[in-house]
Amino acid sequence: MGEVTYIDAIREAQHDLLAKDERVFIYGQDVGAFGGAFKATHGLHELFPNRVVDAPISEDAMIGLAVGAAIEGMRPIVEMQFADFSSVGFNQIVNQAGTHFYRTGVPAPITVRLPSGGTPGSGPFHSQMMESIYAYYPGLVIVTPATVADAYSMLLDAVALDDPVLYCEHKFLYRWLKADDLEQQGEHLPIGRARIVRPGKHATVVTYSAMVHEALRASDALAEEGWEIEVVDLRSVKPLDTDTVIASVARTGRLLAVGEAFPWGGVTAEVVSRVTSDGFHLLDAPPQRLNSRDTPVPYHPNLWQSHRPTLESISAAIRDLLRL
Amino acid sequence: MVAAASETWEDHVRRTFRAMVTARTLESKLASLYKAGKIVGGVYIGPGQEAVSASLGSCLTWDHDVFAALIRDQGGRTAFGEPMLDATRSYLGSARGPSRGRDGNIHRGHPCEGLPAMISHLGAMVSVVAGMLFARRLQGRLDGVVGAASIGDGATSTGAFHEGMNLAAVENLPMVVLLSNNQFAYSTPTERQFACASLVDKAIGYGVTGHEVDGTDLLASLEVVSKAVKSAREGQGPQLVVANLLRLSGHGEHDDAFYVPEELRKSALGRDCLEVAEQQLLAGSYITEAELIQWKEEAAEEVQAAVATAQQEPGPDPYEEDWKVYASPDLNPED
Repeated sequence: MGEVTYIDAIREAQHDLLAKDERVFIYGQDVGAFGGAFKATHGLHELFPNRVVDAPISEDAMIGLAVGAAIEGMRPIVEMQFADFSSVGFNQIVNQAGTHFYRTGVPAPITVRLPSGGTPGSGPFHSQMMESIYAYYPGLVIVTPATVADAYSMLLDAVALDDPVLYCEHKFLYRWLKADDLEQQGEHLPIGRARIVRPGKHATVVTYSAMVHEALRASDALAEEGWEIEVVDLRSVKPLDTDTVIASVARTGRLLAVGEAFPWGGVTAEVVSRVTSDGFHLLDAPPQRLNSRDTPVPYHPNLWQSHRPTLESISAAIRDLLRL
Repeated sequence: MVAAASETWEDHVRRTFRAMVTARTLESKLASLYKAGKIVGGVYIGPGQEAVSASLGSCLTWDHDVFAALIRDQGGRTAFGEPMLDATRSYLGSARGPSRGRDGNIHRGHPCEGLPAMISHLGAMVSVVAGMLFARRLQGRLDGVVGAASIGDGATSTGAFHEGMNLAAVENLPMVVLLSNNQFAYSTPTERQFACASLVDKAIGYGVTGHEVDGTDLLASLEVVSKAVKSAREGQGPQLVVANLLRLSGHGEHDDAFYVPEELRKSALGRDCLEVAEQQLLAGSYITEAELIQWKEEAAEEVQAAVATAQQEPGPDPYEEDWKVYASPDLNPED
């Protein structure tokens, strides 16, 4: 494994966007000279002082500003310091940005970066997964990169889209996940296309974001027991690549959908619903879901490890699925 | 509407007043159509607010400035240059309206010409206007531009208003926020909305310039709004204009406003700004009786034509509707 991290990819993508496209600017709390709470904009203010701008703590107005700027032809990137805080900007995201093109015919191409998901000790308000709540609303695109290369290329693709994009970057992957470089292995997939990251034949695990890595580790464990598990990385949860998911289930006959979000509804429920509706005849067993627990995300690492899906709980869920 | 650089004060007054007349005539017709069951959805009109609204609209230039009109801004929309057909098509459900039946009544706009299309969530447009100006600054197109947002007393209680005002001040944008203090947010009176002595004092907290004016008085309103717009245009940062007046209608035409006390209706706040303006302009020889009659007749004809056109047009056809929610063609699901 190389030395380019997931957060490096986000920083590099933003650098390259700013360098190549004068329409791009970054607006967010502490993104300027400080370089961002996670250093995703490190050094960018020095290079692009007018286009990497500190925002007041006003998530609603930050998104409103971005929509206004997008109407005027800019390509704003808004950094939410934590995905959790985007709840304050929720109205502008879903009602202003999400409806704008449909209502007026004028695109509102904003990209909102959401540092998402749990890390040890982060607790209830710095750990949330918001992709399901935004995916509910029409007009929004929700991407959930799980690899260094996707973190880079999907941010470029998000800003290039003429639609509002919620770019859900996982904080757990920021420094832990490394690659040799930013280059994509194999075909460049557009937003809306899933990737089969591990082929298999006994069961399909559909997941996204940091859970891709937990699912791969679980699949390694199952391989030692002789099971070949196919892992599908959704990459974007809206649009959702139903075709790739159903094609996988057609090969394996079994489905487990894994997500780190809360269990009520959401992405995993949508995956199970689509497979059940469109591919019921392909299933050899009832499709299963594994999510976090239905409580706020706990602070202490002991509790947090038991709150979200892990190698152990995913492995157990796959074993159960194979016995059904 | 494009104001000639050489426009005299008298001509500016006349242009503003004429927009008031047109707006009142249009909204009276829309209210009648509502009562006759001809309107799709609700009707929200702004009688009593035309003077200050049209004053703002007449200080701004279409396709140059920005004007986030709100629910009671027909006066401002007309003065700014919004085509009347936008209103009649939206209210009557024509497929040729600016949102093609996808949204209605006062949610119409021309975002690319500086008239963003409001959402219902109050205060939300303040930061959108700020963003439009922020973009133009980055693009080097901000010189001589003003962005205005219209709100009411109720919106001042929202977080979005606060965030937007503060952000506009921090970014030092050439903005004018017109706060029409019309005494009621739907049925809620101002004493249940805020506890400060005067809304204009909020300007101090945001570090912006505050102005207060009698919104029933056209000449006073135009003078104060012109000054605020000029200050913003000259780089003196955001301006908050508080216009005190009374909403002379219900919240919408479904609401008879029984809760508005009689003494308030009869107070100076309850004066009809259009009647006040007529007297002012006749007394000051800005207009003649003949012109007044002629302008009212022409407004009635224009309204009649705009209504007739919209009524003859078909509504949106669900089978023809493409239901496309994404601007990126590849993202829309295939049927």
